[in-house]
Amino acid sequence: MNKWISNALLAGTLAATALAAALPGQAMAQDDAKQQVKLGIDVPYEPFVVRNADGDLEGFEIDLGNELCARANLDCSWVEQSWDGIIPGLLARKYDAILSSMAITPERERQVMFSLPYYNTPSVWIAARDREIDISDKASLKGLSVGVQRGTIRDVYVTQQYGDVLDIHRYGSSQDVVNDLKSGRLDLTFEDFPIAVEAIDFRNDDSPYKQLGDSIKTPTSIFGEGAAVAFRQRDKDLAAKFDAAICSVYADGTFDKLMKQYFDYDLSTPPSNEDCAPYQQ
Amino acid sequence: MEQLNGWFTELLSGNAIFTANTLNFYWNGLVTTVQLVFLCLLIGIFLAVPLAIGRGSKRPWIKWPIYAYTYVFRGTPLLIQLYLVYYGVVFFDGIQDTIFWVVFKQAFYPALIAFTLNTAAYTTEIFHGAIKNTAKGEIEAARAYGMSKPLMMRRIILPSAFRRALPAYGNEVIFMLHASAVASVVTIMDLTGAAYYVYARFYAPFQAFIFVALIYLCLTFSIMFVFRKLEKRLLAHLRPRGV
Repeated sequence: MNKWISNALLAGTLAATALAAALPGQAMAQDDAKQQVKLGIDVPYEPFVVRNADGDLEGFEIDLGNELCARANLDCSWVEQSWDGIIPGLLARKYDAILSSMAITPERERQVMFSLPYYNTPSVWIAARDREIDISDKASLKGLSVGVQRGTIRDVYVTQQYGDVLDIHRYGSSQDVVNDLKSGRLDLTFEDFPIAVEAIDFRNDDSPYKQLGDSIKTPTSIFGEGAAVAFRQRDKDLAAKFDAAICSVYADGTFDKLMKQYFDYDLSTPPSNEDCAPYQQ
Repeated sequence: MEQLNGWFTELLSGNAIFTANTLNFYWNGLVTTVQLVFLCLLIGIFLAVPLAIGRGSKRPWIKWPIYAYTYVFRGTPLLIQLYLVYYGVVFFDGIQDTIFWVVFKQAFYPALIAFTLNTAAYTTEIFHGAIKNTAKGEIEAARAYGMSKPLMMRRIILPSAFRRALPAYGNEVIFMLHASAVASVVTIMDLTGAAYYVYARFYAPFQAFIFVALIYLCLTFSIMFVFRKLEKRLLAHLRPRGV
């Protein structure tokens, strides 16, 4: 009796599976629930992402990510992952995409596939206000110490351009860099512009720190075209959905609106018409 | 030499990660790790000997502070101790203007201080245990010869205790080598720091860390070898006859 029931169930299941396979249209209709996508992010990275007092994630990148997901008709959730392991985590399928201010670089492109860039920020040299340091005169920098976050594009830039004169200290997080600048262990730091604004407030005249020289965005071989969403190489469909959404938030001004909520400077990098052409209706 | 050089270049060609530059990073890391561990063990052992004797003292004002010290340093993770010494000292206002800042400005000395205090605490307990377990007969014999307490300590108890503490101390040396891997969190470019750097540059965790693991294995092997030799020599009298 029991055996008869289990046989019948098995047959029924098989038939249903066959039917579903044979009728993809209907299977799709049944699968009307949105595609689930997990987004990896390194927290905190003010003002892009922070955990608020209630324990929820908020910030520019969270708002932008949710907006992109809504436009791409995806059901997104966020997964926290520290920066050091963020690419291995993607490859190990802990999440399906990285939306964590990751700049496009050739080294990273060997491991992951990037969407169109959604923003680009410059990097700045910061030092104590009372220090007389001329960043353009490389020889005069000899023996000074500089703090950078390990493995970032700023680490690569400082190592390549100033590795022979500056004493480079590499930290696990940007808070540690700021702490050691404030403690006096570091003469200089080379920071991402928005991070420096939040953590050091160098544009304020009362701040004990100041910017040295101009903001730096070149060479593109190091700094890249900007930050983009990263995917596993094979997830081309998912990347296309995000590209379309990025084009769309730029086209109707939503990006600018979101940006102005969080920043008083411009970090937009509008995609070209060529890049967006495939997604125009 | 030229041949060796050519062979070396050929070995490295077609390898994006292990270039001469990264190998140089690993080499500097090895030097830093060995320096840091050797120095902290050396200073640690000098601190541990008087502390171990004091730990067995009958006077409470000597005994209890030492016990509290070893309890605190064995009871908290080394990483936390390192953070406290490196980032914690900055919160003393005006330390930048004192003479101490010369020491605390670099990352090396705070790490050396934290590591030394940690290993000294463990070594104190190891030596204390060995001193306490000295055979009663040896002490009675020393007394029968009319030795004073310091003389007995110097001639009988300590030499015997150090020998018996050797295997446990060998373990402590190996533990300290492995524990030194936390030095990289305060920007010291030790072996693990070099591996982190290579990992972060090339996103190749397996190659970066397996290579550094092999170096640690070689170091551990040499330490074990030295202690094996020492034990064979110094503990010969404790081995069964004919073995």
